[in-house]
Amino acid sequence: MKAAGCPECGYPVLPHHGFCEACGVPLRGAASPAPKARARPAECVECGSTEISDGFCGQCGLRQPDGREHVEVTTPTAAGVSDRGRRHSRNEDAMAVVETGGRVIAVVCDGVSSAPRPEEASQIAAETGAAMLTAQLDAGADTEAATRAAVLRAGKAVAALAASEHEAPACTYVSAVVDVGAVTVGWVGDSRAYWISDGTGARPSTVLTADDSWAAQMVELGVLTPAQAHADVRAHTLTSWLGADAGELRPRVERFEPGGPGAVVLCTDGLWNYLPEAAELAEAVHRARAGDPARPPLEIAGELVRTALDAGGHDNVTVVLIPFPPPEAGSPYPAG
Amino acid sequence: MPEFTIKVDQNRYLPVGGREVHAIVTVEATGAGAAAAATSAAEVIIIDTSGSMSFGDKMAEAKRAAKAAVDVLRDGVRFAVVAGFNLARPVYPADETLAVASPQTREEAKRAIGRLDASGGTAIGSWLRMAHKLMSRHGAGVRHAILLTDGKNQHETPAELDAALAEVNGGFVCDCRGVGTDWEVAELRKIASAMLGSVDIVADPRDLEADFRAMAEKAMGKAVADVALRVWTPQNGTVKFLKQVAPSLEDLTGRRVESAPQSGDYPTGTWGDEIRDYHLCVQVPPSDVGRQMRAAWVKLVVPDGAGGEQVLASGNVLAEWTDDEAKSTQINPRVADYTGQAELAAAIQEGLAARREGDVDTATARLGRAVVLARQAGNEQIGRLLERVVDVIDPVTGTVRLKKNVDKVDEMSLDTRSTKTVRTRKDGG
Ligand SMILES: [Zn+2]
Ligand SMILES: [Zn+2]
Repeated sequence: MKAAGCPECGYPVLPHHGFCEACGVPLRGAASPAPKARARPAECVECGSTEISDGFCGQCGLRQPDGREHVEVTTPTAAGVSDRGRRHSRNEDAMAVVETGGRVIAVVCDGVSSAPRPEEASQIAAETGAAMLTAQLDAGADTEAATRAAVLRAGKAVAALAASEHEAPACTYVSAVVDVGAVTVGWVGDSRAYWISDGTGARPSTVLTADDSWAAQMVELGVLTPAQAHADVRAHTLTSWLGADAGELRPRVERFEPGGPGAVVLCTDGLWNYLPEAAELAEAVHRARAGDPARPPLEIAGELVRTALDAGGHDNVTVVLIPFPPPEAGSPYPAG
Repeated sequence: MPEFTIKVDQNRYLPVGGREVHAIVTVEATGAGAAAAATSAAEVIIIDTSGSMSFGDKMAEAKRAAKAAVDVLRDGVRFAVVAGFNLARPVYPADETLAVASPQTREEAKRAIGRLDASGGTAIGSWLRMAHKLMSRHGAGVRHAILLTDGKNQHETPAELDAALAEVNGGFVCDCRGVGTDWEVAELRKIASAMLGSVDIVADPRDLEADFRAMAEKAMGKAVADVALRVWTPQNGTVKFLKQVAPSLEDLTGRRVESAPQSGDYPTGTWGDEIRDYHLCVQVPPSDVGRQMRAAWVKLVVPDGAGGEQVLASGNVLAEWTDDEAKSTQINPRVADYTGQAELAAAIQEGLAARREGDVDTATARLGRAVVLARQAGNEQIGRLLERVVDVIDPVTGTVRLKKNVDKVDEMSLDTRSTKTVRTRKDGG
């Protein structure tokens, strides 16, 4: 098979490669890529003017919807929902979900609002991370090594967006690789992964990640109790993120063996602010599934997003739900 | 053409019902060097030759300064030297035209400058009219004048001066200098401001030569003229004010010329390699929480020489409504800083005016406030000048006492330089 060249740097790439080995640009979108902006509306959603430039109305000045206000993605097994919320002008969260070779790969990122172009940072991080994970795992790489490599690659992609260190787009990152026996998560920042147990022999519901945030750091150091730390205005300040101003990245990676059926939830703080404890989130998932154990993941993710919106929707909210184990690979556990 | 960038620094968040948006708009031009050398430019040097110039060494130093400026003009630049008294007389060339700079014309000009005599009065409006007449024949390109005076505009009424300023408006940029202490700061500031130029005091005539050389060199570095800031605002939005805030204060609000519906142009004059900051305040109709609006679209425009125009750079000033008070109550540090510097200039000018009128209480209060603001702004030059006018008892609270004897030079220097600002940067440097 003749190798084609990377569109970015010309390095030879093979058709099954998801990214360029040399420069890291994604060569094809993930199976369920993060949403692309849809065609601009012809008329201002506020005043009806047809004069729209750079996404703003030429008459009333209102920023026009960019297509990311509400996004849903599905794969045969998993689903994700991302929503602008009720208090923000844009959705700066992004997600990517891919299903390949009997495993589900998902990445969720939250753009840092105080930095420029947060929506670009989260989008490129999610896309690059998912593409890198897909490529590495397809090539037979170790899951934990692939997870780490994908975070670093996504970090590079976000750093490349920066005009300077003082104007560096930034975002959080959490990924999950869910295969037949285990869940491998990797993260930087305060977007989270949860294990939601179905009971029946599975390990109990738990948070799989530990926030890179001021509050978590204070608790870890034993300086403050969780309640004290979360009451502080600095609670959400990130101690680690992807971006040109982030310094050396030390992604954290954890492998978790559920031991039984359940689901993995990846989410941004727009959800977990309202349901911080694993037990609360598990209860919300089970409630959404009450009466219909076969309810599609998209509807459950949608219910979780709605829970956040009903509670005020103060932030963008993104939820990816991945049932465990992925059924296509054949379940080694009895169905719950 | 140099490369222009526009950067906007602001807190875009407004509280529910909020309408006022503030932003610092930074315009930077780079790479002007090569472009300036190829730019068509005209320079007119206006020297006060009124009778008072004959006192001391003022005339001799003014001649040396004018010659130094002539020496800086690059070959091919159109130029003239004008003598100003009750009227304006072309000194070189003598026939109300512009010469083309060359080794020969520069020598001829310097010889003509050497023959200048001081006699007569001061009528600055007529000097500006003469410069305008000469430069209007030059057409487009960089048009610049240096104006030197040593006295008040005694031989014209204020109305005559205003009429002249209105007539020559936009014709050229004029940097103004007052030599000695017998001229009036407010009057020269008004002229410089109208002509989009700088104003400064040269107390010691021996400093004129270096100053003129620097001004001419700066003029030779200008690569593009007639640049305007165009500000678009949303329907039912208005520009509350637009001020240049660095390198010096200049309120441009009243200079607006409507350029299209919802859009107005503000003149910025000529540009070489430089950075200027503008404080823009717009009022917009409030929108819902979570909505984002383009509160202003700022563009830098210049005539393209073919009847059209070229957009050199643009930037967005945004408004976004939030119920998060932590966001909406934050004042952008650069907006706060420049607001303080504008207040500093006003405090100095009001304090000095009150002092001249014998209103000790107002003068003490305003100049005391200026001491506090100068410290806040880190403006050491102004701080030092203030200390020559007042005794500072407590710099933190602004408790001061007016000095009994103040040198006229110190008072005028403080007044003239009150509008010079210290540039603030985003990174707090
Ligand atoms: Zn490449
Ligand atoms: Zn509109």
